[in-house]
Amino acid sequence: MMEAVAIPPFERFYEQHRSEVLRLLRKRLGAERAEDAFQETFLRALRAYGRLEHGAHLRAWVLTIAQNVALDTLRRARPTEELVETPSTDARPAYAELADLTHGLGPKERAAVVLRYGYDLSYEQIAAALSSSPDAARQAASTGIRRIRRRIAS
Amino acid sequence: MTVSPDLDRRFRDAAVSLDLVDVGFDVVDSPIGALFVAASGRGLAAISFESDPDEQLERLARLAGPRVLRSPRSVDPARRELDEYFEGERHAFDLSLDLRGLPPFTLSVLNELARVPYGQTTTYGALAAKVGRPRAARAVGTVMNRNRIPIVLPCHRVVGSAGDLTGYAGGLDRKLTLLELEGAR
Repeated sequence: MMEAVAIPPFERFYEQHRSEVLRLLRKRLGAERAEDAFQETFLRALRAYGRLEHGAHLRAWVLTIAQNVALDTLRRARPTEELVETPSTDARPAYAELADLTHGLGPKERAAVVLRYGYDLSYEQIAAALSSSPDAARQAASTGIRRIRRRIAS
Repeated sequence: MTVSPDLDRRFRDAAVSLDLVDVGFDVVDSPIGALFVAASGRGLAAISFESDPDEQLERLARLAGPRVLRSPRSVDPARRELDEYFEGERHAFDLSLDLRGLPPFTLSVLNELARVPYGQTTTYGALAAKVGRPRAARAVGTVMNRNRIPIVLPCHRVVGSAGDLTGYAGGLDRKLTLLELEGAR
C-alpha cells in the first residue's frame, strides 16, 4: 500500500514545476510555441486537479501532460509526418526504468503504462495527462501491457 | 528556465476566465499594510493581515478545494471596494461572502456584526444579547478573534463595555486606525 500523499494547493504545485515544464516545452517546440503549450499544460492539469486522489508523483504527472501537449502541437503542425517520440531527460527515472519494456509502444500506450505501473497513478489522473477519458486511459494501459506480454512471450 | 511575468499572468487570467479555480487570491495594498485577500465562486472568503500567503493556502484548500491560485483578477471586486473604503468613499460593502464551514453560533454572531453601522461601535456583550445569548460575551470575543473576513465583517467596531479597544487579530494599532478612518474615534 502506498502512503496517501496530501495534494498541495495548486499554487504550490504550479510554482514548483512551472520552470521545468517550460524548459521541456522549449526543448520540444522552441521558445515561441512553448508559450501556448505552457498555458495548455497547466490548464489541463487544473481541469483534473480537483479529482486527484493523492499528491504523489505530481512531477511525473505534469511532465507527462507537457509531453502530450507538445505531441499534440507537433501533430497539428505536421499532420502528415510520422512522429517519433524523442526521449526526455527530464522524466528520466521512471521512463528509464520501464524504457526497455515499453519501447515500441505508441506514445499514449507508453505514457499510460508508465504512469499506471511506474507511478501508480489512477486512470483519472492518467486520463488528464493524456487529455482523454479514464476508460480510454485504462484501454491504453491494458493494450500496452498486452503488447509487452506478447513481445516477451515471443 | 524563468517563466516571464507576462506568460505567468496569461495563465492565471485564463484559469479564472475558464472557471477552473476554487479560490483565487492576491495581496492588496492598503493604508494599514498589505492584505491577503481570497475569493471563491461563492464570494469573498478571506482577508488576512498576514500578507505571506503560505499559511493561508492550506486552509483555503481544505475549505473550498485544492485549486487555489494567485490571480489578481479574482479579487478585483474586493480590491475595488476596499480601495473605496480606505478612501472614505464607501461605508458599506456589496460583496457576497463565502462563510462555508462555520458553525451556526458563529454565523449568527457574524450576521449581527454585519449590521453594526459604519462609524459606530458596539460591545461584545451587546452582540451576545442580540443573538439571544446575553452571557456569551467571551464566546463572541472568540468569534471576533477568528473572523476570516475582517474589515468587511467589521469586528473592529466591537469594543469592551468601558469603551476600551480590548483586542484585534490585526493588532490594536490597526483597529484604532480603522475606527479613526470611520470617524468613530
